[in-house]
Amino acid sequence: MNFVERMGGGVIRAGQQAKSMLALFFDTLYWLVVGPFKNKFVKSDSIFSQMVFAGVGSFIIAAFVSFFTGIVIAMQSAYQLSRFGANIYVAPMVAVGLARELAPVLTALVVAGRVGAAIAAELGTMKVTEQIEALETMALNPIRFLVVPRFLALLIMLPCLTVMADMIGIFGGFLVGVFNLHLDPYRYITFSFKFMQWKDVYTGLVKSVVFGITISMVGCYTGLKTQGGAEGVGKSTTLSVVTSFILIILFDCLLTGLFYFTQK
Amino acid sequence: MDKEVVIKAENIVKKFGDRTVLNGINLEIYRGETFVIMGGSGCGKSTFLRHLIGALKPDSGRVSLLGKDLSGLSEDALDAVKKKIGMSFQSSALFDSMTVGDNVALPLKEHAKLERSVIDIVVKMKLELVGLRGFEDLMPSQLSGGMRKRVGLARAIVMDPEIVFYDEPTAGLDPIVSGVIDKLILDLSKKLAITSVVVTHDMKSVFSIADRIAMLYEGSVLQVGTPDEIRKSDNQMVKQFVSGSPDGPIKFFQQKDDYLEQLMK
Repeated sequence: MNFVERMGGGVIRAGQQAKSMLALFFDTLYWLVVGPFKNKFVKSDSIFSQMVFAGVGSFIIAAFVSFFTGIVIAMQSAYQLSRFGANIYVAPMVAVGLARELAPVLTALVVAGRVGAAIAAELGTMKVTEQIEALETMALNPIRFLVVPRFLALLIMLPCLTVMADMIGIFGGFLVGVFNLHLDPYRYITFSFKFMQWKDVYTGLVKSVVFGITISMVGCYTGLKTQGGAEGVGKSTTLSVVTSFILIILFDCLLTGLFYFTQK
Repeated sequence: MDKEVVIKAENIVKKFGDRTVLNGINLEIYRGETFVIMGGSGCGKSTFLRHLIGALKPDSGRVSLLGKDLSGLSEDALDAVKKKIGMSFQSSALFDSMTVGDNVALPLKEHAKLERSVIDIVVKMKLELVGLRGFEDLMPSQLSGGMRKRVGLARAIVMDPEIVFYDEPTAGLDPIVSGVIDKLILDLSKKLAITSVVVTHDMKSVFSIADRIAMLYEGSVLQVGTPDEIRKSDNQMVKQFVSGSPDGPIKFFQQKDDYLEQLMK
């Protein structure tokens, strides 16, 4: 097989994977929207426990990442801005940078590593130990039973985490601004909100919704496709994290482009 | 008395890639009987079982379960049929995240409009049947293999199914637990008139539970008959399998001839 053939084969396989992942996404939407009309509700307690795991459980690490990112942006931009005596512009730099870009992306990456991997490992183990098959034999659809709660949990909790990451990151930058650059705290805050527009926040949230869908779908898809015992579960977990990371960065680029060209 | 056919497989063919796993299987299973499907590892018996419960679709041929052709059913209709069958899995397939009681209760909670207190009573009754009453609050990981199998069995019968499928119910269990499980299968068949379909290669259990036996070899049915007919079979392959003899028409070493060649390579 020559190089071109291998490349082509890879592209075709990726295309097929994308297609089946989309199919899973539409099945999930079907059970979410049509299920209740057929009296097949998704269990609220399983949605709740997934929300606790995905959201509350990820808060500390997402906050940690965002706090230090805020500090880093403040210091890095101060390094440049101080040459122009424009230190006060550190405030909007941190706020806008976090809201538009860094808080959604970094939170998504953290959650992909923590929750996406856990989803893939859990569903993968269920697959290789016949538990998924057992659900099907009991006339319980695995998508309704396992995928929809995880999908909903991430869809709701990732934007929530992102909003908190925005605030915590801005607080990190604020500490640098006040204690290191000796900016007036009141001025720092008013300057932040003067430049940060509503648009900056909601484009970030749109991103995090897309990332939430991506992480849950990739995790569930790789988990449900698992084959071959413990080794297979390990492979699926790795594949889920790698695929999520790539797709998050890719979608981030696409969405940033979209917002950049449509909402100047 | 005419026997009612509850499971009918007509000319089932299944291929995985180039490999033909099932090569035209025809079988009829009657209501109330204990039907054993036996055969060596890799002969397609588990695959065949998965066709019977609608988990796999045949490349050609038809499976009818309780008078319904599975290939022509909508998802809802297939679910309705599935509610009338139970399946006990080789690895028991208990849900790790739920307690024993919740595992057994799950089909009832999802499919039956019952009060929680009624469900609790049914769960206790089913666990009593398999000798595990009082274990409701344990997690599956705290149980031994044999206990897990029995919980899986309790879960399989919790909806009072008409047919129960068993995939290797005694594999990997000690002789006493195997005997207990065999007795359970018999009890369920005789007391509750459940049709049992058992896939196994445990000869002792085959002859103690079976009303009829089908012997599978390389995706085809070699012989169907009562235990006596199988024991007295003229078919050399069946004879060899029943006696467990390494010498006979069924070869364990598939590539004997080029062994030397491969060694010298």
